[in-house]
Amino acid sequence: MRTALIRIGELIAVLMIVSFGVFMLVSLLPGDPAVSILGDGRSPEEYAAKRAELGLDDNVIVRYLDWFGGALRGDLGASLIPPQNDVVDRILGALPVSVQLAAMGLLMALLMAIPLAMWSASRPGGLVDRIIGASMFAVLSVPSFLAGLLLIAVFANGLGWFPRAQWVRITEDPLGSLYHSFLPALTIALMELATFTRVLRNDLIGTLNEDYILAAKAKGMPPWRILVVDALRPSSFSLITLLGISMGRLVGSTVIVEYLFALPGMGGVVVNAANQGDYPLVQGSVLVIAAIYVLVNAGIDLSYGYLDPRTRRVHA
Amino acid sequence: MTSDYLLEVDDVRTEFATSRGLVRAVDGVSLTLRPGETLGIVGESGSGKSVLGRTIMGLITNGPSTTVSGTVRLAGQDVHAISASQRRKLWGPKVAMVFQDPMTSLNPVKKVGVHITEALRLHLGVGKAEARERAVDLLKKVGIPEPARRMNQYPHELSGGMRQRVVIAMALSCDPELLIADEPTTALDVTVQKQILDLLASLSTTLNMATILISHDLGAVEGRTDRVQVMYAGRVVETARTQTVFNAPSHPYAEALLASIPRLNDPPHTILRAIDGTPPDMANPPSGCRFAPRCVYAADNCRTDPPVLADLGTALEPHRVACHYPLPAPGVTPPDLDPAGLVKEKN
Repeated sequence: MRTALIRIGELIAVLMIVSFGVFMLVSLLPGDPAVSILGDGRSPEEYAAKRAELGLDDNVIVRYLDWFGGALRGDLGASLIPPQNDVVDRILGALPVSVQLAAMGLLMALLMAIPLAMWSASRPGGLVDRIIGASMFAVLSVPSFLAGLLLIAVFANGLGWFPRAQWVRITEDPLGSLYHSFLPALTIALMELATFTRVLRNDLIGTLNEDYILAAKAKGMPPWRILVVDALRPSSFSLITLLGISMGRLVGSTVIVEYLFALPGMGGVVVNAANQGDYPLVQGSVLVIAAIYVLVNAGIDLSYGYLDPRTRRVHA
Repeated sequence: MTSDYLLEVDDVRTEFATSRGLVRAVDGVSLTLRPGETLGIVGESGSGKSVLGRTIMGLITNGPSTTVSGTVRLAGQDVHAISASQRRKLWGPKVAMVFQDPMTSLNPVKKVGVHITEALRLHLGVGKAEARERAVDLLKKVGIPEPARRMNQYPHELSGGMRQRVVIAMALSCDPELLIADEPTTALDVTVQKQILDLLASLSTTLNMATILISHDLGAVEGRTDRVQVMYAGRVVETARTQTVFNAPSHPYAEALLASIPRLNDPPHTILRAIDGTPPDMANPPSGCRFAPRCVYAADNCRTDPPVLADLGTALEPHRVACHYPLPAPGVTPPDLDPAGLVKEKN
């Protein structure tokens, strides 16, 4: 219970630091918010009045605390650009797309990386290991826009197995949603695949040299069973850590994939908002992405306890 | 199958291709073991005793950088000629190994119980409940208090001695005919070492299980094994009944090993009689007798002609020694040699 409270405290502290940084950065964005809203060609008095209305004349600390207080109550203000939607609504519209995409992409990457890494690690330096290693290098060096374009060209346009650009919400049609998001998720999976495979392979090779693997072998356990039952779990720490970092990163930075597949995700929202000087939307989005990042990584920290019983706290 | 022996090792050589050249870790070792018999294999680090243990088991076998020649027949099967899956069927019911370091030979993420039950279920095909019951019995048998509670604990919650008992229970789970204990007490506290060695000795007697006890310590095998085989640089230098070697070693290396054991009845401040020099580089072993460079008795021909194992004993009680100048039995002091000069002063 105490640990949980400390964790929540840490979470709020991290979010405050991140959001304050963003708040300061946004005030450095080129352009005057008043001009963004009113357009060109108004009198200086009109701009000044608008700035006063937006509260931009206040001290930056006051403005920040005001905004963060609102954020804690679930109010991130209104977008500056017409139709001046509520920022929270805009984010809630785009966030599920990004989260689904990132989660599916990571899951697909794991489903490919785990068997590949195990196959590689079962005979390091062997033919299979070298072929997988070289292929991963190739995958890593293909930029995601190219991979996405290739996937579209082959599987959507060429073979016609998948639709091209259409987003179906998972709440409306779960299966259809999985089907429609398959190609963009695969594009993301390919971005992460090489690193995942490499990291897990290296950790597996280390684990396979442990005495307890030899002991399991000496009990007559078959090699596949040793890999899956004995070696995988103790080897997965780096992979899990990497997974948490990727999840946080992917939610806000899949702009290219969103653009290629015409998906209404967070990446597009943030980039457009930044281009248009829509600072409330930028601040709100970054805060939400940071919150997801922090939450996912807190979850990852908790999973270490499951993965390695030695790190569990003993409750006497 | 007609053989009296459970284990027949004939002229086994284990070679590793390394970046420094070919290393022959085991160089022409032969031994036999009857069911229920106990054998000690003693030697310094790097003498090839652990590699021999693993070669006997088939954990080390022919591979990309490893060559095993000679034969190992275990329970009628040629360990290095059968397939990997046939070999796995031997591991557990026919032969099992207790490893050196109980801190690293148990999987940190698996409960104690799982370590034992998984072998039972794999080899004997027993159900979950029965495997659990048997595992609790095994833990009791190796002297673990509150066995049912220990089943659900993780290795890190147990002390080193308790963990080694778990490792032993794990090895015993499928009633092996041969148990190979590879330095089972080296990583343990001195106070626990004796308990574990005594446990192993009593288990091999009560279960009538052939046992090979590998150790760097002659004292560990004394009184706990029927026979002992002293190894140096991949070769057997002396083999006889344990008491014979202990009372009257014939090979200078065995004598030096014995002399290096500190004794309670030594006068205070006795200088530990360590063996001078270091074991040879196995990628480039000395020609002739491999112990010659460190041997206080070495003569010229020791450095050029490798001695062969010759039998000094009787048909009933073989005592084989590989030395050009085996030491006489006690009471017969060789004229020119002062046994106290065994330890040369370090300059």
